[in-house]
Amino acid sequence: MELFGQTVICGVLLGGMYALIAIGMTLIMGVMKIVNLAHGALVMVGMYVTYVCFTEFGIDPYIGMFIAMPVLFLIGCLIQKYMINRLVEVDSILPENQVLLTVGIMLVLTEVMRLGFKSDYRSVVTGYSSNTVFIGGMSISIAMFIGFFIAMGFTLLLHLFLSKTDIGKSIRAVAQDRDAAVYMGVNSSKITMLTFGIGAALAAAGGSLLLPLFYLWPDIGHLFTAKSFIITILGGMGSTLGAAIGGIVLGIAESLGATYISMGYKDLVGLVIFLLVLLFLPGGFRSLVRRS
Amino acid sequence: MKNFNLALKILLVVIAVILPLVIKAPYQLHIIILIFIWAIIGTSWNLLGGYTGQVSFGHAAFFGVGAYAAGLLQFHLGVSPWWGMLLGPFAAMVISLPIGLIAFRLRGPYFALAMLALGEIFRLLFINLAFTNGAKGILIMPEITSKMFYYYVGLSALALTIGITYLIVHSKIGFYLVSIREDQDAATSLGIPTTLYKNLALLPSAFFTGLAGALYMNYVAFIDPNIVFNLSNISVMAIMVVMLGGVATTWGPTVGAAIYIILGEVFRTTLGSANVLVFGVLVCLIILFLPNGIVGELDMLRGFLARKKEGAAGGVKI
Repeated sequence: MELFGQTVICGVLLGGMYALIAIGMTLIMGVMKIVNLAHGALVMVGMYVTYVCFTEFGIDPYIGMFIAMPVLFLIGCLIQKYMINRLVEVDSILPENQVLLTVGIMLVLTEVMRLGFKSDYRSVVTGYSSNTVFIGGMSISIAMFIGFFIAMGFTLLLHLFLSKTDIGKSIRAVAQDRDAAVYMGVNSSKITMLTFGIGAALAAAGGSLLLPLFYLWPDIGHLFTAKSFIITILGGMGSTLGAAIGGIVLGIAESLGATYISMGYKDLVGLVIFLLVLLFLPGGFRSLVRRS
Repeated sequence: MKNFNLALKILLVVIAVILPLVIKAPYQLHIIILIFIWAIIGTSWNLLGGYTGQVSFGHAAFFGVGAYAAGLLQFHLGVSPWWGMLLGPFAAMVISLPIGLIAFRLRGPYFALAMLALGEIFRLLFINLAFTNGAKGILIMPEITSKMFYYYVGLSALALTIGITYLIVHSKIGFYLVSIREDQDAATSLGIPTTLYKNLALLPSAFFTGLAGALYMNYVAFIDPNIVFNLSNISVMAIMVVMLGGVATTWGPTVGAAIYIILGEVFRTTLGSANVLVFGVLVCLIILFLPNGIVGELDMLRGFLARKKEGAAGGVKI
């Protein structure tokens, strides 16, 4: 029972941090209607920024994330404005050109980081990263605890931002119906750019929170891309709350899989759930709520 | 013009056949053999992705299964892996049936993501199963080490791939496939069984990707799941090679493969393990400025020039 409890709690905590990354992806997906396959690479770049802050300037990862976020916000805005946005008017054979461009961007970001930092595995060792707390026989990592609560804080902030502020409302309007939003006077290209920036910033935040827990190397981005699109589909495209729930579900499923099946099949569990949801529940968990 | 094109093609074939008699250096031949393998992967991806419009992020599954079919023959039964050149493509075709059954229920980006997930599932399975020797991979001792031999095997495999793909695309099936890409709903309403034809595109696509995999196993002689089922190095590169060379063109994937391999080799000394960087930047630029790839835009440019000439001729007539 203790093992089960610990597994579930670990899953929830890890899933909360995954969710933050996925919320960034789901925002972009909702507004731009494309799958951003460079998202994991953005997470990875954010992690490197935080890593450099830590090793060069001794800035704690939880503070370093506030440097990584604006940096990634800027990178995201630039990528959207000068690359992805250009493709809207371009006529091409494959309609998925924008998605394929994000793959190219992922490739470039990964290789640039490989050029700068080599393929070595790196990690951040802080005073607390190996500390644990015990709750009735279950040991929980401190770094996971802090990460989870910061992630949930950001999710809440984002929710407030989307529902209370003008820009947030404009983002939701563009996601619902771009043309109608434009008629209402929303500057949709500016909003799209901001959304991509916010998505990238959230990716950086999630990456920084995971930095004390994961090894860092340039190819780690693929892992996060996979996780965030799984979560996005689980939660339903463009839904913030859905992504939060999807993240936690994925976290629990992975950690149950790792404990009760095997560590090697951990990632398989998530992918199989993903396929099943894609096939039998294409709207994600959100459609369950709507139906009832 | 037609005669000129034909002469050019014959010249190309002659050059391809006598090339290893001129270039004897193993390094240069090695690069050309790698180009052949990538051209096969790209051409088969192009049949499904370029012509049919089903962008697959999971072709590593077929590549890996083809490679493993050859490797496991040797590993478990001691049969020469050359039989894998027969078994590999068929094994890839067999696994493409359930994959098609699952993935073709979905469309557009959802299809792409499902294929990505399926490819990754294969990688994780092959890492964890004991039957495939897990992450340790499979090492074989090649019986033939002459590069010239592999050159001709690769060349014939590529010729077969391009030939069959060309035949499919220029048959009635090809028109059906293009119609699915252009507008699936309209194709359905005209009575084309779209799922069936998507599967008909997937089968040869998987077959030839499996052939490339089996050739890779025989040539490189070592595989492990993280090499042959790799998402970024196989599945994604297959797409990038086609995007660079030209979507839905006969020669585009081959051109893209040549650029990919040669750029990688040129920058291996200066950029080290990040040698794909230049290729990645080039792909981004190509998608931005030549959205249909090098060969694709070449046709357009040529058509543009031809139209201009016709216009001038018409002017004279009046």
